[in-house]
Amino acid sequence: MINKIVQSIAESLEGVPHGATILMGGFGAVGQPDELIEGLLEQGARDLTVVANNAGAGKVGLARLMMEGRVRKIICSFPRSAGSTVFEELYRAGKLELEIVPQGTLAERMRAAGAGIPAFFTPTGAGTKLAQGKESRVFNGREHILEQALPGDVALIEAWQADRWGNLTYRESGRNFNPVMAMAATLTVAQTHHVVDLGDIAPDHVHTPGIFVQRVVQVERGAPWV
Amino acid sequence: MQGDSVPLRITQRNPRHTRALGDPMELKLMAGVTRQGMAARVARDIPEGWFVNLGIGIPTMVADHVPVEREVILHSENGILGMGPAPEAGKGNAWLVNAGKQQVTLRPGGSFFHHADSFGMIRGGHIDLCVLGAFEVAENGDIANWATSENDSAPAVGGAMDLAAGAKRLWVVMDHTTKDGRPKLVEACGYPLTAPGAVQRIYTNLAVVDVVQGRGFVLREILAEGMSLAELQAQTGAVLHTDA
Repeated sequence: MINKIVQSIAESLEGVPHGATILMGGFGAVGQPDELIEGLLEQGARDLTVVANNAGAGKVGLARLMMEGRVRKIICSFPRSAGSTVFEELYRAGKLELEIVPQGTLAERMRAAGAGIPAFFTPTGAGTKLAQGKESRVFNGREHILEQALPGDVALIEAWQADRWGNLTYRESGRNFNPVMAMAATLTVAQTHHVVDLGDIAPDHVHTPGIFVQRVVQVERGAPWV
Repeated sequence: MQGDSVPLRITQRNPRHTRALGDPMELKLMAGVTRQGMAARVARDIPEGWFVNLGIGIPTMVADHVPVEREVILHSENGILGMGPAPEAGKGNAWLVNAGKQQVTLRPGGSFFHHADSFGMIRGGHIDLCVLGAFEVAENGDIANWATSENDSAPAVGGAMDLAAGAKRLWVVMDHTTKDGRPKLVEACGYPLTAPGAVQRIYTNLAVVDVVQGRGFVLREILAEGMSLAELQAQTGAVLHTDA
């Protein structure tokens, strides 16, 4: 019997190695796997590269992981937002490497990684300073730049419902980066608000099929942290 | 192309660096229309049926000025089509936020999807119009809206480069000048570019200006009451052409 559901956050993060590239779902607080990120603090992995849309807020979750010196590099589209003081201080002090990626390129680089596409050309970023050092080529009279796939060792994502095969649904705008991150990582861990029986998610309504998910852990909180 | 335009530039060539204090035009600062007024003016020009992405700031306010009976489908980069206005007090939904992470509503017919699909809509040319704020727009349509050299904290690009490169049309809504009076419509952007040659139209607190390739800024309408063309030109860092 296939059963991807594990009983604790600690169990769900077992084996996450030092130096791992970790994809973290969410757009701000919505769809962000808060309990898994908190669990990573306990778990102890360090020298991490974190891929997320934002660079954490306040002094919890990703911000605390950075404060504790566990993150070597962050790859994101929008690090500067309300409450991102921890990131800004560390970055200014030269204690954190930053790779800024346009948001659509970030999503597409992970989608490409999940779909076996090593690199792709896009006009996004062409003619800007984010094109520096990238191969460029003209298609249909327009300049495009080459962007590399962005695979993760681990993806930490948040689902609304999950079954023991790892089929997932998301809630409203909580879907955001979670499905592409699930595709792009070797080990995808989903925290979920509800565990349901096989077949309870109608086949037409599965958002992420279980093939992209390795572990599922249930959490209790009902709404995003605001 | 130049023959049918009337060059009206009476300001200095590089106004960003050589702002002339005591210039008589500076003594006559005109506030023009409000932020809400600018948003309303943009909304007036959006026809039914367009798929529209609104950036953070004044662009977000455009949503409040599109008449309910005119079906304009708002796209939010975080995976929403059919976004509605802000919820009534006490009826917020923490799962439903816009690009600025503010709570919004969903109109009947709306849908949710993941980030790669959302940016597929943007990058694949399916969005009819994107409205963004900006630091500067140049007369060749270059836009700079994500990083300034004065900013020592990390730059944040978000979806701006995808939107500027991918939407069918890009309109900018911004103040005509900076708070200290420097023009934001310029001959060439001084700040790092978001995208080259992407802007078609600019709405400011003073005027509506088109960007016409091969020609530059073409004035469509002065919004500030009582402002003359010469006064507007004095606050603009490149030639304002007119269809005379």
